[in-house]
Amino acid sequence: MATVTTDASQQEPELKVVEDATCTFCGCVCDDIDLTVKGHEITKAKRACVLGTAWFLNHSVDDRPSCLIKGQPASVEEGIERASQILTKSRYPLMYGLSDTTSEAQRVAVSIADWVGANLDTTTSVCHGPSGMAFQGVGEVTCSLGEVRNRGDMIIFWGANPAESHPRHFTRYSLMPKGMFVPNGRKDRTCVVIDVRKTKSANTADIFIQLKPRSDFEALWALRALAAGVELEAAQVLADTGVELAVWQDLMDRMKASRFGVFFFGMGLTMTRGKHANTEALLELTRDMNRHTRFVCKPNRGHGNVTGADNVVAWRTGYPFGVNLARGYPRFNPGEYTASDVLARQEADAAIIIASDPMANFSEPARQHLKSIPYIAFDPKETPTTRHAEVAFTVATYGINVPGTVYRMDDIPISLRPAFECHHPADLEILQRIEKRVQELIALEAPAENDNSSLRPARDLANGVAAE
Amino acid sequence: MSKTYIIIPGRTSQQGVGINEGKFEETYQSEISVLQVSEEDMAELELEAGDWVRVTSEHGQIEIRVKAAKKGELPAGLLFIAYGDYSSRLMGADTHGSGMPTSKGFDVTMEKIAAPVE
Ligand code: SF4
Repeated sequence: MATVTTDASQQEPELKVVEDATCTFCGCVCDDIDLTVKGHEITKAKRACVLGTAWFLNHSVDDRPSCLIKGQPASVEEGIERASQILTKSRYPLMYGLSDTTSEAQRVAVSIADWVGANLDTTTSVCHGPSGMAFQGVGEVTCSLGEVRNRGDMIIFWGANPAESHPRHFTRYSLMPKGMFVPNGRKDRTCVVIDVRKTKSANTADIFIQLKPRSDFEALWALRALAAGVELEAAQVLADTGVELAVWQDLMDRMKASRFGVFFFGMGLTMTRGKHANTEALLELTRDMNRHTRFVCKPNRGHGNVTGADNVVAWRTGYPFGVNLARGYPRFNPGEYTASDVLARQEADAAIIIASDPMANFSEPARQHLKSIPYIAFDPKETPTTRHAEVAFTVATYGINVPGTVYRMDDIPISLRPAFECHHPADLEILQRIEKRVQELIALEAPAENDNSSLRPARDLANGVAAE
Repeated sequence: MSKTYIIIPGRTSQQGVGINEGKFEETYQSEISVLQVSEEDMAELELEAGDWVRVTSEHGQIEIRVKAAKKGELPAGLLFIAYGDYSSRLMGADTHGSGMPTSKGFDVTMEKIAAPVE
């Protein structure tokens, strides 16, 4: 760790500077932040944006107990025991979250899900899950953010508002940097923003196209037609998209004339009518554009390690999210094994929520069901989810207190450089201890229990009992 | 009959800052509990900043304060709200086989109401 001690006195806590620390608040995962640290507090975060500054300056050590059981302080050991009991007694446990923790912790979490035959899902399902489905259906023409920085001369943001969600996206990766093939930086790039709302990002654009709400799919297919040279009816295009055909034609001409085009897309596409059909259309358009020039397409990922969650779950189970392990092998089916559905249909009878807040973000039926079942929650701060948890662990913050690996939104793994230690345990430590205890409990119950064996081959196989 | 609008829940930088300060703190709570309305729609319903409206979707209903959106940011007929408890209460549970509830761009009605008694 690049740590420079600049001052120390007997009364004052040590003042140090941690160079090139990594911000994990959003998917940009900026790893060039210089932190000034005084004891258990970060007083300055050089180069961080408004969100990154709020992230670093508001994560001093939380004075809540490290574990609460039913709202009452308990030891971490008691919490681990209770959590393991809940998970092993459940007939349909749900594991959800994982996007704001290290990949090392994600890996252990997937193991626990495997041991207890859980339904495993991450916050991807309610951000870029539809994009994940589209990647499987269409494929992904992609690149790293370094390539965008060095080559991108036509940058199109579709249903994304990085000025508010990823404030350093423009300056660090996509618009402002002077790159190898764009030596004049912003001057060498054309920026287009396509959205239903004139967002803060639209103010940065050379061209802003304001779409009619819920017409992304139609607009994308109009562009596909123009890419293929198909003639379109102007009145129909205007009625379908709320935008003149001439505007789309002009955009297509510029896209074809560019040397390296990039689509960045956000939840304006994935959360709106059409969902994966919208993202499929965009990925297909990207593929079409490669007949004319070089074009790539990238989702703007939100949470600091949601990309890591996709990677880890995919290399552990073969699928990126929405995976059911109840039969002892992974089954993938968005809509069936995704957390929002499993809860709203009242299927899960217990849950473990790691580093996410479904009690704030899920639909009312899903929230009501989660409230009615025993669940375990991990979070550095108090949230609506930790408030209703049967077992709530207050954990150390990844990147600030905890080392490890996170994946930037372009799948580049980046190491964390923590600023100071914290007395709360890390997600990884608790998960490792839960995994160990879960294994012990499964071994103990193995011979006697056969009433639900057909539901639990994963567990049975682990104990040498043949499934079915 | 109340007029139909399209609502877009979304991210704001204030909401992001509020998440870091704490979800029960002022910044987050005030950001998620206000509805942004276009100038035209404010005028049509004779709304002023701080007035209350009842917003009803197919799946839920909320009562919430309004403020005028920045000039030009929202076309008439479009409403904006920062993601949070209020926006979630309007959202349906059905994901149409995708895992993702329709969380942006759904229909709601909006009517002006008297401020609730504290
Ligand atoms: S852009 Fe994202 S990762 Fe970079 S400093 Fe801001 S919040 Fe942190």
